Amino acid sequence: MLGKTAGGLYWMFRYLERSENTARLVEAGQRIALTRSSADDEWTSVLQTAAVLWGYNQKYRDVTKDNAIDWMLRDPANPSSVLSVVEAARNNARLVRTALTREVWESVNECWMVLKEALAKRVNERDLPQVLTIIRQRSAFVRGAMAGTMLRNDIYNFARIGTFIERADNTARILDVKYWVLLPSAQAVGSNLDNVQWETILRSVSAEGGFRLTYGQEARPREIAQFLILDKRMPRSLAFCAEKLADNLGYLAMDYGTRLPSHELSDALNDVTLDTSIETIFEGGLHEYIQDFLRATSALGAQMEVDYRFYV
Amino acid sequence: MAAEKPGKLSCMTQTFDEMWGRSFGQSQTQGPEGDGGQAQSQVMYEGLRPPYAEFDKWLKAENPARLQRKQLEAEEIFRLTGITFNVYGRAEAAERLIPFDIIPRIIAAREWQKLARGIEQRVRAINAFLHDIYHRQEIIRAGRLPVEMIARNAAFLPQMIGVSPPGGVYTHIVGVDLVRTGDDQFYVLEDNARTPSGVSYMLENRETMLQMFPELFSKNRVKPVSNYPKMLHRSLAACAPAATKGAPVVAVLTPGIYNSAYYEHSFLADKMGVELVEGHDLRVVDGRVAMRTTQGYQPIDVLYRRVDDDYLDPLNFKPESALGVPGIMDVYRAGGITIANAPGTGIADDKAIYSYMPDIVEFYTGEKAILQNVPTWRCSEADALAYVLDHLAELVVKEVHGSGGYGMLIGPTSSKKEIAAFRDKLCAQPGNYIAQPTLALSTVPILTKAGLAPRHVDLRPYVLVSPDGVTITPGGLTRVALKKGSLVVNSSQGGGTKDTWVLEE
Repeated sequence: MLGKTAGGLYWMFRYLERSENTARLVEAGQRIALTRSSADDEWTSVLQTAAVLWGYNQKYRDVTKDNAIDWMLRDPANPSSVLSVVEAARNNARLVRTALTREVWESVNECWMVLKEALAKRVNERDLPQVLTIIRQRSAFVRGAMAGTMLRNDIYNFARIGTFIERADNTARILDVKYWVLLPSAQAVGSNLDNVQWETILRSVSAEGGFRLTYGQEARPREIAQFLILDKRMPRSLAFCAEKLADNLGYLAMDYGTRLPSHELSDALNDVTLDTSIETIFEGGLHEYIQDFLRATSALGAQMEVDYRFYV
Repeated sequence: MAAEKPGKLSCMTQTFDEMWGRSFGQSQTQGPEGDGGQAQSQVMYEGLRPPYAEFDKWLKAENPARLQRKQLEAEEIFRLTGITFNVYGRAEAAERLIPFDIIPRIIAAREWQKLARGIEQRVRAINAFLHDIYHRQEIIRAGRLPVEMIARNAAFLPQMIGVSPPGGVYTHIVGVDLVRTGDDQFYVLEDNARTPSGVSYMLENRETMLQMFPELFSKNRVKPVSNYPKMLHRSLAACAPAATKGAPVVAVLTPGIYNSAYYEHSFLADKMGVELVEGHDLRVVDGRVAMRTTQGYQPIDVLYRRVDDDYLDPLNFKPESALGVPGIMDVYRAGGITIANAPGTGIADDKAIYSYMPDIVEFYTGEKAILQNVPTWRCSEADALAYVLDHLAELVVKEVHGSGGYGMLIGPTSSKKEIAAFRDKLCAQPGNYIAQPTLALSTVPILTKAGLAPRHVDLRPYVLVSPDGVTITPGGLTRVALKKGSLVVNSSQGGGTKDTWVLEE
């Protein structure tokens, strides 16, 4: 496979994953806005979680709900807006067209066409739920076409690695922005505000149902942290993503018959989520743990580019 | 001519329609045709032509509203598949669809056989000509082609002198543009011997028709086209260079995703199961051209390039080119890679050389050319120029090196002002132009909102050349001028396409 193709697949799936994650963050933000008063502060936190706050502040003076939503969903000046990343995903898909099945290509192309239309104008509050549903559905279609039609070979591995680097990064950033409401000291406070924050965290990773199924009705910070960081059954947890990254890199090593520096980094990343408990993580400092995880994920991404000759 | 008013009527009253076999309209003042029911009643039927018999039965039984829906459905299929071409110089909506018309163009087996013989003869002559012109130049020594046609021609590549491409093949892929003027009259308009495009449309048009109208293909026995990518791969692999080890590695070279034909490049690479590379994926390693894979550099044996000669190698041609591979020409000359089509083939489809094609065919095959050439005035010659300047309103004047329907004058449909402006350009550089009479191109019905209406078409069959022989895919790409009365079929100028059927005997 061409190095360029590997890079194109990796980025195509990072961008698709990002579009879905952004839609989920907007949804969680909107939920808070509707159920609590004076929730504009929450939009700052949402923008921060999506790592688009800096760009937003270049354009707008104040954080308002409408502007935040517009910036995250459709502003072309925001390279991580849903519209921008879907277009980037589709451009990458064109670049690697020969590596994709017709079904995957058509689902990405259609995703782009549908979202371009749905996001052609500022989204009305009235239409927001429907638009967010479309975004999530379209990326689910791509994933379905992918699972149902693609060979399980190096093409698939690069696509999966892109998906899980992006997802690990996203979950870790949610935890990074909200880590303070998960600290054991917060439990003592037990205020209404914290309950809302805990709910928001679960909502941002579509995990309310999964959490209830596992831990029951009461959301407690220790369990939320456990669930999002260490639970391997939870497909957006750090442990799950780290394991998938190690698996897919392992298949590449088998396929190509070479272990590269990326494998060391991915094993190390996997190790920090194995053989540890949430207590140990709290003792060492939740914030530091998340920060380390974010750095390790980004280093792995950079090493992949080199090892598999994405650009040179 | 003098008694008639100049204009499109005077040159199109005799238009041959491939379905109905007669000219549309005789002397209506509103033009040679009109859309809709009124126009249909003015038409004088000469009789349905046999290849269309089954189709006509089907058409008569069809609900017109369903057909209109099917036309929309076809557009939707193309949109989802992403069969687009990029339009240069437009930021918004830079990707566009080439309009597709659902009424097929049907060619009888007997008609096709004759065409195919003519095409094969012509393509063999072109390859012999290219070999000769870059080696002993017998045709010039024999006085059949003036030496200036080569010596002062930008399409002639001195870098190719004395180079013999692997397998002796220069034009691995040729698209011969043909037009029809009557029951048994075909003319070659152009020999596309560099990098003919459009074959993906030929294939997708057929796929779309099969999906939308399966019943039509049960009633008509249509020769299949779908094995073109397989034949292309086989044909390219058969031309692998001596340096090849094992099964030849084939790749398609594209200028990138912003090129107007990118869809086609990725389509062909995909269907052949080979890599689609850009210049920056390639470099010369140990005397071979190699592509950067996830596991290091891997040599390529045959490169189907969709990049022009000038951009192929910044060391040997345009130094500023970022699309090519530095040093690829040196590898090529040393027999380390096959480039398809060979560099320098442009001399064979040069519009000035075109006028010599009947001689060229005769010189190399010893036979009279089966396909006709359109009479051509070479404006570089004083007598010809004088004639052309006197008859601009009747002629088509083309740039020798132009393509895509740009920079040409179609006298009968141009205003006095346009003709005057063109006259100045022509006088300034007469050597840049050739002129031809306006042919009464045949028409084929298209489906308009108001029903069937005739439109002018051409035909581009795709020809593969390898040491094993010449393969012609039955049919080819029919391009149709969607504007009423227009003769310009180029997709960049609002042309559309149709599925083209060659019937089994």
